[in-house]
Amino acid sequence: MSDKKPISSVNDFVVRFANVNGSGSASANEMFARAILRHGVPVSPRNIFPSNIQGLPTWYEVRVTEAGHLGARGGVDMMVAMNPQTWDKDVAGIEPGGYLFYDSTKPMPSTKFRDDISVIGVPLTAITNSTYTDPRQRQLFKNIIYLGALSALLDMDPKLIEQLIGEQYKGKEKLLSSNVHALHLGRDWALQNLKCPIGLRVKKSDKVGDRIFIEGNSAAALGAVYGGATVCAWYPITPSSSVAEAFTAHCKKYRHDPETGKAKYAIVQGEDELASIGIVIGASWNGARAFTATSGPGISLMTEFIGLSYFAEIPAVIMNIQRAGPSTGMPTRTQQCDIIACAYASHGDTKHVLLFPEDPAEAFEFAAAAFDLAERLQTTIFLMLDLDIGMNHRLCRPLKWDDARQYDRGKIMTAEMLEEGRDFGRYLDVDGDGIPYRTYPGTHPTKGSYFTRGTSRDRYARYSEEGSVYADNMQRLVRKFETAQDLVPRPLQANAERPTKYGVIYFGSTSPAMDEAIGLLEARGHQLDRLRIRAFPFHSSVASFLAEHDFVYVVEQNRDSQLRQLIVNENGIDPVRLVPIVHYDGTPITARFIAKAIGDHQDHLKVTPLRKAVS
Amino acid sequence: MTYIAKPKFHHPGLKKNELGYTHRDYEGKISTLCAGCGHDSITASIIEACYELSIEPHRVAKISGIGCSSKTPDYFLGNSHGFNSVHGRMPSVLTGANLANRDLIYLGVSGDGDSASIGFGQFAHSIRRGVNMTYIVENNGVYGLTKGQFSATADRGSKSKKGVTNTDNAIDLVAIALQLGATFVARSFSGDKSQLVPLIAAAIGHKGASFIDVISPCIAFNNHAGSTKSFDYVREHNDAVNRLDVLVGRDPIAVDYAPGTVQVVEQHDGSRIALRKIDADYDPHDRLGAQTFLAKHAAKGQIVTGLLYVDPDAEDLHEHLNTVETPLNTLEADTLCPGSSVLDKINASLR
Repeated sequence: MSDKKPISSVNDFVVRFANVNGSGSASANEMFARAILRHGVPVSPRNIFPSNIQGLPTWYEVRVTEAGHLGARGGVDMMVAMNPQTWDKDVAGIEPGGYLFYDSTKPMPSTKFRDDISVIGVPLTAITNSTYTDPRQRQLFKNIIYLGALSALLDMDPKLIEQLIGEQYKGKEKLLSSNVHALHLGRDWALQNLKCPIGLRVKKSDKVGDRIFIEGNSAAALGAVYGGATVCAWYPITPSSSVAEAFTAHCKKYRHDPETGKAKYAIVQGEDELASIGIVIGASWNGARAFTATSGPGISLMTEFIGLSYFAEIPAVIMNIQRAGPSTGMPTRTQQCDIIACAYASHGDTKHVLLFPEDPAEAFEFAAAAFDLAERLQTTIFLMLDLDIGMNHRLCRPLKWDDARQYDRGKIMTAEMLEEGRDFGRYLDVDGDGIPYRTYPGTHPTKGSYFTRGTSRDRYARYSEEGSVYADNMQRLVRKFETAQDLVPRPLQANAERPTKYGVIYFGSTSPAMDEAIGLLEARGHQLDRLRIRAFPFHSSVASFLAEHDFVYVVEQNRDSQLRQLIVNENGIDPVRLVPIVHYDGTPITARFIAKAIGDHQDHLKVTPLRKAVS
Repeated sequence: MTYIAKPKFHHPGLKKNELGYTHRDYEGKISTLCAGCGHDSITASIIEACYELSIEPHRVAKISGIGCSSKTPDYFLGNSHGFNSVHGRMPSVLTGANLANRDLIYLGVSGDGDSASIGFGQFAHSIRRGVNMTYIVENNGVYGLTKGQFSATADRGSKSKKGVTNTDNAIDLVAIALQLGATFVARSFSGDKSQLVPLIAAAIGHKGASFIDVISPCIAFNNHAGSTKSFDYVREHNDAVNRLDVLVGRDPIAVDYAPGTVQVVEQHDGSRIALRKIDADYDPHDRLGAQTFLAKHAAKGQIVTGLLYVDPDAEDLHEHLNTVETPLNTLEADTLCPGSSVLDKINASLR
């Protein structure tokens, strides 16, 4: 049968489920991932799904990783092939020595298999149909049945899965017991008819610790709740919709007045992204903390307003859950492709603050911080997530909040200050940091009102087309942006064990793959210092890092090496020293890819010095 | 020019309103529009209405888009915050502002290009949502600032100053507002202050989406023969269904009209509108009737003016969203942030 030895691995393998969209497989697959976590073994799951609701192929990949590598690995050790449409491709994608799990109810011709893999057939449809008559039940329980069979094959503790089912169907006894029954149908069949366990096994460990398992979009939405956002305006667009949906759910739980039941928030689904950002700008102008969540096409539509926010100095928070562009691009695939579009969004000379969280925990922290930054800097703050962080469950450190923390509402001139006779110039730089004071509408009967406009005006908000007045204001905006450098999250540096002339810069969702790649590169003898950029404008330590290294790799998930462009542009450095490492096929970047790309470049650089060759 | 402020002094005998403010306290900067512009008459009517209602000027937020009409908020209520936003996007900015602080009065000023062309969608959706606002379109059927192109409210067959005939159908914003559920819909004419001032006052008192379409001839580009938005044309074709007075506070205007011709409408804020009926058959509480009436008269080339529809018991967006009475912009961490103990529980649920 197999002419390749079956893969044998404990707590380190990849299982991929190939399903049909809308078949109810998602919850069973997620339960599989959670069950492994309950064994104390880290997992990193990813949804690979089409822009479609029912009928098209969808995959769910679970990387089981005791070592805690949370990036995508690449390759599949076990394929749970539940979708005939993608059978051939799915079977072809299995690593040599890997396993194919399939529904063997109907016989398959031998040409449909491979010689170098182990084939595991379970008559799922037959088992299901002999137990259930209702078509919907048949479909849903089939998923739980394969989960049961897998638990036996992978040597998982069924009690831990039962526990999860118990939590999910708490108070719904009938559903609870029928799910447990289905689980054991599959498990018992496998135990009685197959050799269990196979070479891939889950063994209890203690590597999860107190970490939590959460999607980035949900964490960012929670950050907005904790950060004091009261107005959310949004327009549905994948992969950002779940931010607004999660914000709605969190607000329903935590933001209603216990006595009156009234809402301490307002959420409006706009008619488009123009309206969404308009509502955010209007609310922020009027002193509320407001945000929108969108993706690339939405950013394109919002750019006129973003320019207004920059020039008229109105706070706004935009969460951009990036997906592959341009145009509609690949709406359900991940990329980091809006760096330039957001950094310089809108016509005229503009620059915007970008925050790059690496995981849900940082998405939570940066989301909350974005509101402080927006009000402090009186401008748009972009929270740059992507589909990989936003729509996948990711293991991360627990969310933290300091109860002593107050919101930084920025420079607000109050009625009392106006009464004291403080000089109010809406665009007057009184502190030398480029940030002027603002008043909320309705503050004082006779003082502090001004006319907000996107046209040029002087320091006292009076309309002016004088060149010197315009330039004075534009220079102040540059000063303000310099101030932002020290307010945004700083880059984090991690140096190699030995001093090296080579460095690597990366950001956002590339983080776990990069961390893992460093280990692979070290094994190949390459030492690299790392700098994870967490925000734009770049802190001065970015320039220092570039100065300290001969070559710096910039690893990112877009075609044109956009962060590299931004670094070159903003630091005025020789682009030759910045080597682009780009991954942009819409799948999450992997450690294998990074290690190969950098490793190959390093090998190429390592020319034997001439002196040595001669001597 | 807008950077020339008006001198503050005024005649000591100038009449004061309930709050002790004079007309001058409701004025803004000197208008930069063309002399004789209909928009300046609307500005004067807004000033008059706010004075008569004894509104605290700084409790009004005046928000506009881009264009001649959208410049006008600089020319009234100088102590109010104004926001000259993005072309066609006043409605969304106003909606956001309103969500942030439900206690201010929101005046949205727009034009026909701003609301019927580039901003048609935002106009429609803000009306649909029932944002508590007074939405005034200063409608001249033409792009003034870019020198005379047709807007979407220009009637089919009307002629531009250069002699070009408009072949596109016109959008009647009043008809659209009625269809979309505006709870206060009116039309007036910039040259008819006695009709316009009480309409604006009544709209401000209305809780919900109030819409007023004000035909406002463009002296520079749309006041010639062949135009259907010229002073002469509008005067000839104006067909008023009613006239009204707004009765507020301590100074009720004696209702001295002939019995049976006056209808009093009480609004949410306690103000009352006394409607003097001109067209005996017209019922301003009948949305469907208003739509039919409007369509029939439009077919005859008549411009129907007056209060066309009002629902005095309307709800606004805040009621739909069930928001707290306290303005959202005043809430701080103590009421907004669930705190660390809740976060610990959330963490526990995610393991």
